[in-house]
Amino acid sequence: MKPPEEHIAMEKHEAHAQHIVSYGQYLLIWLGLVALTCLTVALAGIDLGRWVIVTALVIASVKGLFVLNNFMHLKFEERVFRIFVLVALVTFLIFISLTFFDYAFH
Amino acid sequence: MTTIEAAVEHKHRDDVGSRMGLWLFLFSELILFGGMFIIYAVYRFKHPDEFRLAAAELDTFVGTINTLILLTSSLTVAMAITAIQHGKKYLSMALVSTTILLALIFLVNKYFEWSHKISIGIYPQSPTLVNKPSGEILYFGLYYVMTGLHAVHVIVGMAVLAFSLVFLSKGIIHQTSFVKLEAGALYWHLVDIIWIFLFPLFYLIH
Repeated sequence: MKPPEEHIAMEKHEAHAQHIVSYGQYLLIWLGLVALTCLTVALAGIDLGRWVIVTALVIASVKGLFVLNNFMHLKFEERVFRIFVLVALVTFLIFISLTFFDYAFH
Repeated sequence: MTTIEAAVEHKHRDDVGSRMGLWLFLFSELILFGGMFIIYAVYRFKHPDEFRLAAAELDTFVGTINTLILLTSSLTVAMAITAIQHGKKYLSMALVSTTILLALIFLVNKYFEWSHKISIGIYPQSPTLVNKPSGEILYFGLYYVMTGLHAVHVIVGMAVLAFSLVFLSKGIIHQTSFVKLEAGALYWHLVDIIWIFLFPLFYLIH
């Protein structure tokens, strides 16, 4: 049996194997998210024609990636987590494209 | 501490495995909402003008405020993890409480938004709505189902975070064991991401 101090230190190490993100870092990410929200609302006031949906979705995706990577700690997780997320998102994109191929060639 | 106490204290834990389990659950949520986003995409593709007309009924200001509220609630719950990692129990509890409060404000806004829609006769099968073109009926059907299902997720998220709060106060979640809080936070961030996509698709079509 290990002495308690060593045991606690080990437990601490296990828990802290992941990164501690500072409050400031989180605040910066939040500022970025707020700025992107303002941008997407401002762009909605301009008539961009068929680009409206593209710009809205690009901005939403960037915001989503911010949340995934930072708030959800994806960039500090083991690589297998990122592979899983990628597979899930690609599967979803395949669903969307197959649906639209079906509509385009009906 | 005696050897026996130390042995009792040492329980096997697999935090990475726990988090991965939660991520797998989040993928099932992607399929749930993803299916609806595909339905939305197809109907918007078929009725672009009617979707635009119907979207004009929505209040962009309320939608923007609710977006900012959810983004801020994600910030506070993320900070709650940093706080507990530094061993600051009460700060962590305050941040989780703030998150729950912001979720409640989001729902109150949603309540007023829906009541307003219903008061002007826009609700499923309402006489006003059934006389509108089919594209607008579809838009409002999707609006109620998708934001409604999202609101259900907000309520579930509040319950999960309330449990985290109890665990924090009882010391079950502490500086070296906080995976339960991480799980609640991951779920909450997913609720935020879904809203990040719902917001432009329903409120920002012009």
